[in-house]
Amino acid sequence: MSEADLRAVSTNTNPDGDARPPAPAHDPASVVVRAPQMTPDKPEGFFIVGKATPKVDAYGRVTGAERFADDIALPNMLFGKMVRSTQPHARLTRVDVRRALTLPGVVAAATGADLRVRYGILPSSPDETVMAVERVRYVGDPVACIVAEDEVTAEEACALVEVGYEPLPAIMTIDDALRTDLPQIHPNPRRADNVHKEVHLEFGDVEQGFAAADRVFEDEYFFEGTTHAPIEQHAVVADYGPDGKLTLWCSTQTPHYLHRIAAAVLGLPGSHVRVIAPPVGGGFGGKTEPFAHELAAGFMAMKTGRPVKMTLTREEVFYAHRGRHPVRFKLRTGVKNDGTITAVHLQTWLDGGAYGSYGVATTYYTGALTPVTYKIPAYKFDGCRVFTNKPPCGPKRGHGTTQPRFAIESQLDKIADALGLDAAEYRKRIAVEPSSKTVNGLRITSCGLPQCLDAAAARTNYAAKRGRLPRGKGIGLAASAYLCGAGLPIYWNAMPQSGAMVKIDRGGGVTVFCGASDCGQGSTHMLAAIVAETLGTDVTDVRVCYGDTDLTPVDLGSYSSRVTFMAGNAARQAALTLRAQLANAAAAKLECPPQRLGFGRRRVFCLDDPARSLTFIEAAQLAEAEFGTLAAVGSYTPPALAAGYKGSGVGPSPAYSYSVAVAEVDVDLETGQVQVEKITLAHDVGRCINADSVEGQIEGAVYMGLGEALMEEWPFRAGEHKTPNLLDYKTPTSLDTPPIEAIIIETDDREGPFGAKEAGQGPLNPVIPAIANAVADAIKARIHSTPITPEKVLKALDATSGAPLRLKPSAASRPQPPVPASP
Amino acid sequence: MPKRVPIRICVNGQPREAFVEPAASLLELVRGTFGLTGTKEGCGTGYCGACTVLLDGQPVNACLVFAVDADHRDVLTVEGLTTHEGGLHPVQDAFVACGALQCGFCTPGMLVSTVALLRRVPYPSEADIRAALAGHLCRCTGYRSIVRAVTRAAAALAANPENPALPQPARPRGMRSRA
Repeated sequence: MSEADLRAVSTNTNPDGDARPPAPAHDPASVVVRAPQMTPDKPEGFFIVGKATPKVDAYGRVTGAERFADDIALPNMLFGKMVRSTQPHARLTRVDVRRALTLPGVVAAATGADLRVRYGILPSSPDETVMAVERVRYVGDPVACIVAEDEVTAEEACALVEVGYEPLPAIMTIDDALRTDLPQIHPNPRRADNVHKEVHLEFGDVEQGFAAADRVFEDEYFFEGTTHAPIEQHAVVADYGPDGKLTLWCSTQTPHYLHRIAAAVLGLPGSHVRVIAPPVGGGFGGKTEPFAHELAAGFMAMKTGRPVKMTLTREEVFYAHRGRHPVRFKLRTGVKNDGTITAVHLQTWLDGGAYGSYGVATTYYTGALTPVTYKIPAYKFDGCRVFTNKPPCGPKRGHGTTQPRFAIESQLDKIADALGLDAAEYRKRIAVEPSSKTVNGLRITSCGLPQCLDAAAARTNYAAKRGRLPRGKGIGLAASAYLCGAGLPIYWNAMPQSGAMVKIDRGGGVTVFCGASDCGQGSTHMLAAIVAETLGTDVTDVRVCYGDTDLTPVDLGSYSSRVTFMAGNAARQAALTLRAQLANAAAAKLECPPQRLGFGRRRVFCLDDPARSLTFIEAAQLAEAEFGTLAAVGSYTPPALAAGYKGSGVGPSPAYSYSVAVAEVDVDLETGQVQVEKITLAHDVGRCINADSVEGQIEGAVYMGLGEALMEEWPFRAGEHKTPNLLDYKTPTSLDTPPIEAIIIETDDREGPFGAKEAGQGPLNPVIPAIANAVADAIKARIHSTPITPEKVLKALDATSGAPLRLKPSAASRPQPPVPASP
Repeated sequence: MPKRVPIRICVNGQPREAFVEPAASLLELVRGTFGLTGTKEGCGTGYCGACTVLLDGQPVNACLVFAVDADHRDVLTVEGLTTHEGGLHPVQDAFVACGALQCGFCTPGMLVSTVALLRRVPYPSEADIRAALAGHLCRCTGYRSIVRAVTRAAAALAANPENPALPQPARPRGMRSRA
């Protein structure tokens, strides 16, 4: 090759248009019931929305190139470990780290005395400290922290920390927590028991409602606590620079909340704390608040001037918890003979564990969404959360609304049976109406519940099967609703809940900056898709910079299914501003009014004559010449929806998603083993942005619900968690998970981005009661608590048959051990 | 401090040498010493399967194998699946196309296990796939999309068995198996 062969390249990008193929798209594997497109500012139709496209961030995750928090290593980094309480409830008499500090390789240690600041994710319950001060409240409560040159040394040093305990009675049940003669886990002079939060709400004339009822049904239920068990163990890397600024790389779903609390607890100005949320290896609600080890890592980095990494072990992840509250229910429902509900009285008792966490909100959530699914004219709710000496409970996928669904949908099947109604038709008849208001003041906009019921029942031939299958086989249906983001932030403020910034580069690249955190739910792709659709470019040309409090506008975080609705709307608003600039610049060139321009396939074209067009890059360069740097911001603030009564801040959401699950089961009458054969789930997603992502969320939610329905337990013995590992804490494997069929229903919500609502959490809620209803159909007996274990099935079978099916061997029939011959 | 042990090991086709502590796991070696952080730790006790690598072609939980026991053996991690040009292995390609990952934390282990499965059973049934991946917990997907991806990868590999993207167990000169 000689120099004569060299070719000069043009830096004049894409003068002839961009002929690269768009991101590959395929038909969704599941059924999608489409809604007509109502979005007025997208007259050219959808090019990306609604298709099934591989996620833009999937490539880094299949090659191992993506860096999760624990994959980050900084030069000169130390490793930290927490010393954790071995007692469920005790006074701390001493914490002595002197011996630990003598171990070669140990660099520093800290105890509760070093960081006497109280904090909590909810401003109403700041009851945590980074390390215990005076008292430990559960086995696993952090007591001290060690940093060392390597992880093994830090762990060895932890064993050398001397901790003196003066044990107190451990309160391990809701009943014990309600007693007034036991010590208080959190001293509260206003009460004698261990109640954390009581809620009493009444809407409509409940007494009158029950008086008008033909039948009143009253039941008690219990929903077992479960944990998220994301495969990624919580990890944090903290780096404190000589400029006095702290950076935390942290596996968190809520970088903004961690930012606020880290600054407050560590005594730094907010401007000196930067929180970066790398991709999170699964969250499900378990990484939505600041954890002790995250703040401790920051503290130790400040103390030592060296970077500190802390990664929890799997056992510690079980102690960090913040999982589903165990909840006991009393549910009383009055109905007319035709099934019309006249009144509901729901009482809940939540076992909150040792700290407040999101518990106040959870307590409200066990009651708030009850009237969002079916028409209830009068509703009374009494909630009560107690402290116990167990790892603190918090939000898990479905946050507080999952547990009452089990109670309500189980009882609804009972009502349908007692009144001789078809359980699916009955639900459809009492379903809430679109554009209505519930008795507790919640605004319902779009509602696809009837469509979901029809689709799921038709697909499974539900009406023909229920009650008609051979003994041991059963089919069950249940419905639910969920939020598309909480209407109010967790700390009171008048600012937007989500912000986004979009900029266009001269090379045609588009960058979205947004504070959302991607825990696998697909927010990165969602943002890329919404911006690409608005601007008519391709998802592969959009880079999403997310979860960095220094770089990205605030988004409150990946919780309460808020990111598509809120961050999606913010990003869309920013993109619409840029679209208007591009349209104005292109209009002159194309001699076409800007409102008659379409954007798609990397082109800006005249709607009336698509051949008259510019490339996206040409339009962008024209716009930059005319308007200057192409960047725009967008914000999303939900409409003011709170009804005004105390507690009305929990429950309002700009929209609600609806889901219906149908489970088909095969129960072994000999062993009590429940085999789920198939689960069909219809979900009203509003509008699916990416069918692959929606399908994935539905399938994952069904899977997670299956585990909660059949196997996951939260057992304690002598104050200790019995199963803090992934072998004994049973989650479904590929062999336990049945075929799942997703049906995506679109309703085009008028306020959602392109009509979208949510898919992350809603589809979990109906799965557990659907399985319970299917088991009840199979064995003609009802199990009133989760999980539905073989033992409970056998007991239920025994109870209905009158005589025990399985006889215990009597003492006489038991083979006697041979008598040893006397020596 | 215990005396470190010298080992030679073939990682993703490249001969490597390291001094390891006798108690160090293969996972620590791969992630810590070699910086191949694609392989993840999900529990450290062999229950979740996230740390799976192929050791002489067999899937193992890297957290349960001593690094010294990998001396003179072949290790394949997720980083070894991509070609030198950065092209995706057909199994990776199928996982992307089928949306078979959400958070992606269990994915590296799933991918190498799938490669091992498809070498052993080129046309796996759904039951084969579910059995082969039963040691890998995934909390995001519900497994259905993963089963679809493995099926798709099998078809892609069958259509092009000479696919250069397929990693061939390579043993550089001078390294012999101890067996």
